[in-house]
Amino acid sequence: MKNPETAVTTKKKNRSRAGETWHRLKKNKGAMLGLAIIILLVLIALYTSIFWDYNTMIVKVNIPERVQPPSPVHPFGTDDMGRDVLIRTLYGTRYSLIIGFGATAIGLIIGVLLGAVAGYFGGIYEDIIMRATDIFASIPAILMGMVIVCVLGASLPNLLIAVGITAVPAFTRITRSMVLTIRNQEYIEAAKCIGTPNLKIIITEVIPNSLSPIIVVASSRIGSCTIQAAGLSFLGFGVPAPAPEWGAMISLSRNYIRTAPWMTLFPSLFIIIMVLAFNILGDGLRDALDPKLKR
Amino acid sequence: MSDVMLEVRNLKKYFKTLRGTVHAVDDVSFTVERGKTLGIVGESGCGKSTVGRCLLRLLEPTSGEIYFEGIDICGAKGSELKKLRKDMQMIFQDPYSSLNPRKTIRDIIAAPLLENKIIPNATKKDIDTRVLELMETVGLAERLFNSYPHELDGGRRQRVGIARALAVQPKFIECDEPVSALDVSIQAQILNLLKKLQRDRGLTFIFITHNLSVVHYFSDDIIVMYLGQIVEKAPARELFENPMHPYTKALLSAILVPEIGNRKQRIRLAGEVTSPIDPPDRCRFEKRCHYACELCNQGTPQLIEVSPNHFVACHCVQKNSNTIAAGG
Repeated sequence: MKNPETAVTTKKKNRSRAGETWHRLKKNKGAMLGLAIIILLVLIALYTSIFWDYNTMIVKVNIPERVQPPSPVHPFGTDDMGRDVLIRTLYGTRYSLIIGFGATAIGLIIGVLLGAVAGYFGGIYEDIIMRATDIFASIPAILMGMVIVCVLGASLPNLLIAVGITAVPAFTRITRSMVLTIRNQEYIEAAKCIGTPNLKIIITEVIPNSLSPIIVVASSRIGSCTIQAAGLSFLGFGVPAPAPEWGAMISLSRNYIRTAPWMTLFPSLFIIIMVLAFNILGDGLRDALDPKLKR
Repeated sequence: MSDVMLEVRNLKKYFKTLRGTVHAVDDVSFTVERGKTLGIVGESGCGKSTVGRCLLRLLEPTSGEIYFEGIDICGAKGSELKKLRKDMQMIFQDPYSSLNPRKTIRDIIAAPLLENKIIPNATKKDIDTRVLELMETVGLAERLFNSYPHELDGGRRQRVGIARALAVQPKFIECDEPVSALDVSIQAQILNLLKKLQRDRGLTFIFITHNLSVVHYFSDDIIVMYLGQIVEKAPARELFENPMHPYTKALLSAILVPEIGNRKQRIRLAGEVTSPIDPPDRCRFEKRCHYACELCNQGTPQLIEVSPNHFVACHCVQKNSNTIAAGG
C-alpha cells in the first residue's frame, strides 16, 4: 500500500476557495481600506483600557474643565462634565464593536439555523418559520429594540439581545433562499444515501455551501447593528448613563449642539466611519465571493 | 432457482400539484436477482429516476412494497434504515452536482466510512489508507487525494462518486444515468469500470438510463417504462431481438448504427404525450402509437407474459398473441 503521507505532501498549488476570495478581495482598494479601518478600530478597542483607566479618565467628573473647545490638551474638546471627548470616543469603540459583532452573531446563528431548517425541511416548518419571520420583520426595528430593552432592562447584554433579535429575519430569509437551491443538489441525496442524519447534513453540507451571501449580509449588518444600537442608546434604551457609548454621548450633548458642537461631532464621525468601513468591506466581499466574476 | 435480491410490488409515487396529481410512478412491480443487472429505460419524465429514488427511500413511495433481501424497506426506520443503506448505494447522474464543492476528495470518500463506522476504532491514518485503496480501485491517481471536485474533470468526478458508493461495501448499487453527463470516450471507461467491479465483487446493479446502447451492453434484464408504467419487461437479448411493444420498437429503431449505407427505417413517434396529471384509465401510449386499435381505450393494459419471461403491456400485442396461441 502506498503511503498516505506522500499524497498529503503533494498538496496542490491551487488556492482553496477562501484563498481565492482573499486574492480577489485584495485587489479591491475600497474593501481593503474598510478592512484597515476595522482592524484599527479593533486595536483601539483592545488597547484603550490599558492607557486610560475607566474610573479616573472616562467617567470622572472634572467641572473646572467643562465644555472646552478642541485644544492641544483635549484635541476633541471636553464635554459638559469636563471629560475628554477624544478619550471617551476612543473608549466607546469597544461598545459599538461588541454590539456590532455580538448582535450580528446572535442574529446570524438564530437566523441561519431557522432559515436552514425552513428551507431544508419545507412544508409546515417552512410555513411557520417564514410567516413568523414576516410578522417579525414588519415591526420597525427600533420599536422592536425598545420593547425588548423595556422588558429586559437597559444594559449592554440586553441591548445586544435586542439588536441581535431584530437582525434575525434578514439572515433567515437569505439562508432559506440559498438552501432552496442547494436542497435539490445531488450531493445532498448522496449524503442521505450514506446515512447521514438530517441535522448533520444541514450543518456539514448545506450551510457551508450557502455561506457566501450570508457573509456579505453579515458584514453590512454589523454596520447597521451599530447604528441601531447607537440609536437606542440615544433614546436612552442602551448602555446606562456614564458609559461612553457613542449614541449615549450624542444624546447627552444635544443640549450643547450650538455652543459646543465638538461634543456631538466626534462620536457621530466615528459612527459614520465605522458603518462606512463595514459597508464597503461588505460590498467588496460580495464582489469577491461572486462566482460570476471569477478570474 | 433464482435468488431474488430486490423485489418491488405495486410501487406508486404520486406528486400533488396545483393542477392535479402527477402519476410519476404508477403500479410498477419487478424483481432483481443477485449478481444481475436490471436496466430501466424510458424517455425523460417517464418516472425511471423516481423509481430509483423510491428504492433508496430518497422519496417516500405513495404506496407499494419494496423488499431488499426479504426486509421491507418502506417500513424501515432509523438504525434499521441506516443498516439497509449500507447495503444499497447509488451512483448519481451529474458528477458536477453530486460532490460537495466544499469538501476534498478525501473527505468525500471518507464520509461514508466515518458515518457508518466501517472500520472499527479507525484512526485518521486508517481512514486515509482505506480512502487511497478505494481511489486505486476506481482508478484515481493518488495525487488527487487533497483536491477539490472543481479541479477534476467529469470522468474523474464520476469515479469519486463510484468510490464513495463502494466505501460502505454495498451489495446493491443503483446507477442513475451514470454516464449521460460524460463524453463518449469517458462513458466507455466508466462503464468498463462498473462492469469490472460487478465481476470482482458480485454486485447487483440497477441501471437507469435513456441510452439503449448502454443498457444493452450492461443489463441482463430490461424494463421499458412509459409515463410511470412498465410497458415491456424482458431479458436484454430477447428485448433487442424481438421487441413487442410499439413504444419499445420505436425506441430501438432510434438507435444509431455506425454503418455505411445503413438505411434503417426509423419509426417516428408523432402526436402528443399524454399528461401524467390524472391520466385516464386507458393505454397511455395510444395517442402516439402506430398500431392503435379499438382496444386501446379499454382500461390500462396489464403487464402480461406473452412469451417466456417476456412481459408486455399492450392490448393489441396481447390480442394478437392470444389469436396466435389460439390458432396454433
